[in-house]
Amino acid sequence: MKLTRFIRPEQVREFSLLVIIALVIVFFGTQIENYYSGRTFTRVSTSVAIIAVVAVGQTMVVLTRNIDLSVGSIVGFTAYFVGQQLTRNNDIAPLLAVFFAIGVGGLMGLVNGLLVAYGRVPAIVVTLGTLAIYRGMLVEYSDAQTVLTSQLPDWLVNFPQVNLLTVGEVDIRAGVGIALGVVILFQIILAYAPFGRRLYAIGSNPDAAVMAGIPSRRLVMLAFVLSGAMAGLAGFMFLARFGNVTVVAAQGLELQVVAAVVVGGVNIFGGSGTVLGALLGAVLIGTIEQSLIRMRINEFWKDALLGLFILLAIASDAIILNRLRNLWSGNTLRRRTPQTPESSVGTPLQEQVKDQKETRHA
Amino acid sequence: MRRAEWLRTWEALLAVLLVVVVALNLRLAPNYLSPNNLVDIFELSIEKVIVALIMTLIIINGEIDLSVASVMGLSASLVAYLYQNGTAIEVAMLAALVVGVICGLVNGFWVAYVGLPSLAVTLAGLIGYRGLARILLEQNSVGGFPQWFNDLGQRGFIGTVPLSVLLFFILLIVFTVILHYSAFGRYVFIIGNNKEAARFAGVRVRRVKMTLFVVSALIAALAGIFYAMRLGTVRADAAEGFELDIVTIVLLGGVSIFGGKGTMIGVGLSILLVLNIRNGMNLATLTGHIQTSVIGVLLILSVLVPNLAQDAQQFWRRRNAASRIPSMQGVKEERPGAIGD
Repeated sequence: MKLTRFIRPEQVREFSLLVIIALVIVFFGTQIENYYSGRTFTRVSTSVAIIAVVAVGQTMVVLTRNIDLSVGSIVGFTAYFVGQQLTRNNDIAPLLAVFFAIGVGGLMGLVNGLLVAYGRVPAIVVTLGTLAIYRGMLVEYSDAQTVLTSQLPDWLVNFPQVNLLTVGEVDIRAGVGIALGVVILFQIILAYAPFGRRLYAIGSNPDAAVMAGIPSRRLVMLAFVLSGAMAGLAGFMFLARFGNVTVVAAQGLELQVVAAVVVGGVNIFGGSGTVLGALLGAVLIGTIEQSLIRMRINEFWKDALLGLFILLAIASDAIILNRLRNLWSGNTLRRRTPQTPESSVGTPLQEQVKDQKETRHA
Repeated sequence: MRRAEWLRTWEALLAVLLVVVVALNLRLAPNYLSPNNLVDIFELSIEKVIVALIMTLIIINGEIDLSVASVMGLSASLVAYLYQNGTAIEVAMLAALVVGVICGLVNGFWVAYVGLPSLAVTLAGLIGYRGLARILLEQNSVGGFPQWFNDLGQRGFIGTVPLSVLLFFILLIVFTVILHYSAFGRYVFIIGNNKEAARFAGVRVRRVKMTLFVVSALIAALAGIFYAMRLGTVRADAAEGFELDIVTIVLLGGVSIFGGKGTMIGVGLSILLVLNIRNGMNLATLTGHIQTSVIGVLLILSVLVPNLAQDAQQFWRRRNAASRIPSMQGVKEERPGAIGD
């Protein structure tokens, strides 16, 4: 099997996701009239863009063996907060508004990060708490008022219709461009920059990462800050897309994002997965969601399917991907040491278990 | 245990906080401790506290079940759906309990037998089971249950005490006995402390975990039925977000999120504390979202405070040790970085 030397197990996962996405699109093509149109692409892609941006931040957090459930509330809060500032003062420069959203989101992420990294409170506890706290802050702050499209500056209202590129019937909207830019940027950072590689190291083996001199706490905190900042950016995109922002904006988005990340092959145990995979996960979930809405009757199936997909993803991760990885690492082992009868037959169970554990993160 | 040590336990802290909260509430409402109000305090959150009892065992076991609120919603929705479509309400209730057991079997299978993290599995359950409830009821609100069904949830069963509150106290005793005075309870602690060691010691780890998840979902389904009884109408989003309160109650009760540590007394005190805080916030007419935020703060503090206390203790111990040995002064001890799992 020479093949295993050129392809990594994660790439098998990403390829099979592409196949599943293609199958889903073909399925909906037979169910919905006029499915293959520019309108469908625009609708699906703008919806995917928001999930994808938040999923990029979530990927970094999950890579370090943590989870960020507060992103839905952060998106809602920043969307409302920035929307209200723009309503009060229509002259705020566009770029300033974007940085404002990223900054507010980053601050909220910083609170999560400090509590997790320095307070040693498990991420699930912290972010389950801040999920409620940030939403409560939004409700209190908003005084039950709604941000209205009519009061927003024109550049923001027109922003969703801006096309970066038009190929025939297909339009690439500005929001989609932002999402693609973010995905590419962080894919490169995670694959090549020291910061990215260290996140993988922390997730693979936290103790070993500390022993190797990696500033774990600071990096875990940074991952949460980036997750919050990306949620802030998504909050801006949310505001631009919908215009009307209520206090329940983006409620439950965190579940879609976690689903996208996990379906995209980011291991919930940390240490493996890519931003590109998370993007594919977001595309799959966004396509299913938007297509089900168009089928109308079956809109209510969305959540049940989402849950099923997460379960299938983590189960296949544990069963199939582990087997694949063993195949990969088995090959390298065999190349190095010729197999002896003892090593194949007489290995004690305990050692075998240990082997599997080690190779899982290899 | 010496007296001074007892005073420093988490339970003692909870008891003090409880007294403070009750005193504050008494200032807001002088008839706070009347029997009727006491029953009210319990009745308004009874479904959550019933589920918190079994959640205690699960977290001590080193796992978590985030899907309970969705199982509650699914069970309530199923009762409503079946009743609406002409099934007898007794059969509908039975079906809801059976579906609860099936949900528990699904969770337990993936966690205990396949070895997936319970956080991920039950997060999928949280979304998926809620999705099933949405498929059943869509956007409808279903009511008009038989009178006896509503009475069971809204009227007193013995005196002014409703059936659900009575059941809670029975379950509290049952779970206390199981956790602290039975072999099964010891297994729960041992597995929570060290799963591998428990397995090598001959504990049937998988079976214990499976049992816990099935019982958890069964009790959640039962709590869902009580929720339908108490409110009289059911929507697909019934009990949404309850997992926050439930996990908060358990962790505030001094149960370690990493497993292996916790007492039923602590959780009992924590239940009283959270219920009294909620009631006090109602008296002070705070909105639902502010109340939820306060619960969120409590959740974080319940883990953060012991951590900080431990840090402070270590700091003082090291300082004392360093001052006794002159050569040790200025030596910084390397602490292994702990990251939340």
